[in-house]
Amino acid sequence: MAAVSKITAAMPDLLAARSQMAMSLGFHIVFAVVGIGLPALMVIAEWRWIRTGDGAYLELAKRWSKGAAILFAVGAVSGTVLSFELGLLWPGFMRFAGSIIGMPFSLEGFAFFTEAIFLGVYLYGWNRVSRTAHLFAGIVVAVSGVLSGIFVVIANAWMNTPAGFTMVGGDAVDVRPFMAMANAAAFPETLHMTLAAYTGTGLTVAGIHAIAVLRGNKSVFHRHALAIALTLGAPAAILQPLSGDVSARSAAVHQPAKLAALEAHFETQRGAPFHIGGWPDVDERETRWAIRIPRGLSLLAFHDPNAEVKGLDTVPRDQWPPVAIVHIAFQVMIALGTIMALVSVWALWRWWRGRTIDAVVADRRLLRAIAFVTPMGFLAIEAGWTVTEVGRQPWIIHGVLRTADAVTPMPGLVVPFLIFTLLYLLLGAIVVYLLRQQIVRAPTQ
Amino acid sequence: MSLTLAEVAAWIIVVALNAYVLFGGADFGGGVWDLLASGPRRQQQRDVIAHAIGPIWEANHVWLIVVVVMLFVCFPPAFAAFGTLLHIPLSLMLIGIVLRGSAFVFRSYSYGPRSEQRRWGRTFAISSLITPMVLGMCVGAVVSGHVGTAMTALDSGTASFASIYVRPWISPFSIAVGAMTVALLSFLAATYLTIEAAGDRALQEDFRNRALGAAVTAMALAIVALVLGAGNGVMARLIRPGWATLVIGGSGVAALTSAAALLQRRFQLARVAAGAWVTLILWGWVLAQFPLIIPPDLTINAAAAPDRTLAETMAVLAGGAVVLIPSLWYLLRVFKGSGQPIESPGEPQRN
Ligand code: HDD
Ligand code: HEM
Ligand code: HEM
Repeated sequence: MAAVSKITAAMPDLLAARSQMAMSLGFHIVFAVVGIGLPALMVIAEWRWIRTGDGAYLELAKRWSKGAAILFAVGAVSGTVLSFELGLLWPGFMRFAGSIIGMPFSLEGFAFFTEAIFLGVYLYGWNRVSRTAHLFAGIVVAVSGVLSGIFVVIANAWMNTPAGFTMVGGDAVDVRPFMAMANAAAFPETLHMTLAAYTGTGLTVAGIHAIAVLRGNKSVFHRHALAIALTLGAPAAILQPLSGDVSARSAAVHQPAKLAALEAHFETQRGAPFHIGGWPDVDERETRWAIRIPRGLSLLAFHDPNAEVKGLDTVPRDQWPPVAIVHIAFQVMIALGTIMALVSVWALWRWWRGRTIDAVVADRRLLRAIAFVTPMGFLAIEAGWTVTEVGRQPWIIHGVLRTADAVTPMPGLVVPFLIFTLLYLLLGAIVVYLLRQQIVRAPTQ
Repeated sequence: MSLTLAEVAAWIIVVALNAYVLFGGADFGGGVWDLLASGPRRQQQRDVIAHAIGPIWEANHVWLIVVVVMLFVCFPPAFAAFGTLLHIPLSLMLIGIVLRGSAFVFRSYSYGPRSEQRRWGRTFAISSLITPMVLGMCVGAVVSGHVGTAMTALDSGTASFASIYVRPWISPFSIAVGAMTVALLSFLAATYLTIEAAGDRALQEDFRNRALGAAVTAMALAIVALVLGAGNGVMARLIRPGWATLVIGGSGVAALTSAAALLQRRFQLARVAAGAWVTLILWGWVLAQFPLIIPPDLTINAAAAPDRTLAETMAVLAGGAVVLIPSLWYLLRVFKGSGQPIESPGEPQRN
């Protein structure tokens, strides 16, 4: 098509489109993750209130639900932007893939509906429905949040490991939507993402309340909050490296170029070492200044110290993803994940030894560690998505369609990119400001 | 007339669009009345609007997502064409959607000074006006056939930027359709609000007068749009005898009924007739355009996804509807049934 060849020449438009997509997704994921994790926190708090009659739990559920109202609204509008952007920026992708990966998006639509409906009941229905009905509404919100995340990540997994169609002369025929959903990366990605959402929300909330305690506010309110947030976040953070291992092995089999890039692994070899840190020099095809763990990569990727790991040398040069970005993002995710898992083990161990959350509250060093990891879950999520998405380049659909062939022919894309970036910066600042108001007004007794 | 699977899918999309217009559209209309709030009861007007929208706008908004998703699953080439050719107005609409939704919650949940709340209120109101205006202009651009023509021009690779990406949606006709959309949705909202304000006679009168004003405006703009569009194929079929004409005639009857009911203060009847009016205009348009998805050439069947995708998507929709319809009914029963004011601990006291 004439239009397509016209734009492949114009790299800046492609870059602008990719940047706008990355920025929109990087923004949305924050709210999406909260949309998965926060309802679980509210529901646990409300359930504890119903069980114990302790008003601090009710206060907590109400506080969190106010935060949820703000964050959900921004999640909903930024998600709407994304659904349109699929067509605004990637019409070539949608023309090819719409009928194949529409199924998870359709299912997601229903999850959004139940989520929005029962969120309305939850937020505005405290005095209108019975306690049980109210708790039930919260549970529906929590479950549909998880399902929304799972469905959309399945669509993304399909971009990594496409399935459910047959290619005939550049066209997809014999389309089987449900088979497309059952693609190879679907399980590892959805598991990893769901745990990431619980890790991110749980540890961030725990961190915020740990900071309040460190500042001298030891109210029941903050202690309950810390307990609930750790209950959600800590086990997830401990499981996350295991689930990451499943993801890495899936990538080793289905996306060797991505695995090679995230490990900065240039040469195919048996007993391949694992690189910690280091800078990949793409021209020289070697990774400098890295700490090498002998046979580590073979062990991680295939659970066999002598297994052969394909390097970037097996991939034509024009199909390499940007190696440095992917490698560094991967290192960041692993480092943050390791720290969070260790702090979580520490916290759970203290809690278990001391039997009540007071043991955690009394340990200032531990509290400082929890406060230290506050932003890490979200940073790891952004890093992880960078690995997944940049690591898939130059493909929008791995091995099937190039990103450059999917972009819109519309010129001047830098303009919408800048406008949406400004809009989101503004929105982000306002959200932070409003949430601070909510937190500052938390009870001190 | 036997329909293909693709045509059935298209009608389902129209039903979802219809729901979006009746529910989500009225929320935008409410924002317009927030912008135009005036007189001694200005603050009460805004409060009724906020309470009417608060619990339900997110659910109402999902109808739009359903329309978008159905469109790209069932008609990928049409979705790609809309995304490409209507890039600019759709981006403007998105900015409107983002600002409307977030400013609305920011206003409800802010502890800041009144001036700050007022600023968000204004953002909410202005974006409520712009969003349906631009959406209407996009519809106008499709109906007039300009999008279809631009699509051909783009493939031939010779046309200028303005003729492909700008002119199709900026024409007197599409502007008239945009303005009519705003007027219709404002009318719808004002009619609903007469019922929300049932406890307060004076407030109810405010909204009744507004509804009547909007109805007259919408009728006038509808006539303007008909005249301006008379030259294009789709609009011509609205006027020529056929199903579409019948439906449009019906919409005229509904319009007069709702106006008469408002005059007689029969607000429940006015609400039903108002919904019928808007619905019939939508269906009249769709019937006149059938079987085209992008006039003048692209048909629903030519743009459709493979049958298997269509069939499986419809099966999922049917299954989902079993969960969805009772849930929606429950939501409306909780918040719209009893007429008692909505107490929300989620909303701070204004101070
Ligand atoms: C709390 C966040 C978090 C933490 C602690 C980790 N990850 Fe992660 N990771 C993600 C959040 C995340 C993510 C953002 O959720 C991604 C992006 C796509 C996905 O499925 O999950 C991801 C992707 C992702 C991928 C790419 C999958 C693919 O594209 O096919 C691999 C190989 C790993 N992760 C491996 C790990 C390992 C070995 C970890 C050990 C500590 C780890 N992750 C911790
Ligand atoms: C191309 C990618 C994506 C698209 C098109 C998209 C679309 C959307 C839309 C339209 C909404 C609003 C629903 C509503 O009105 O309530 C939304 C919300 C949500 N999305 Fe996304 N999304 C994308 C990526 C993701 C990812 C990667 C996740 C992973 C966790 C996710 C999880 C959620 C969740 C949990 C919500 C509901 C919570 C909230 O509203 O904050 N989304 N998304
Ligand atoms: C919310 C979490 C996500 C984040 C933070 C994220 C991040 C990114 C980034 C950084 C890029 C740019 C990559 C590059 O061009 O170098 C990108 C591209 C893209 N992503 Fe994602 N992504 C997420 C989830 C998803 C999901 C769930 C989908 C689809 C279902 C998706 C679809 C796309 C598409 C279509 C592109 C553009 C084409 C491309 O660059 O390959 N993303 N995303």
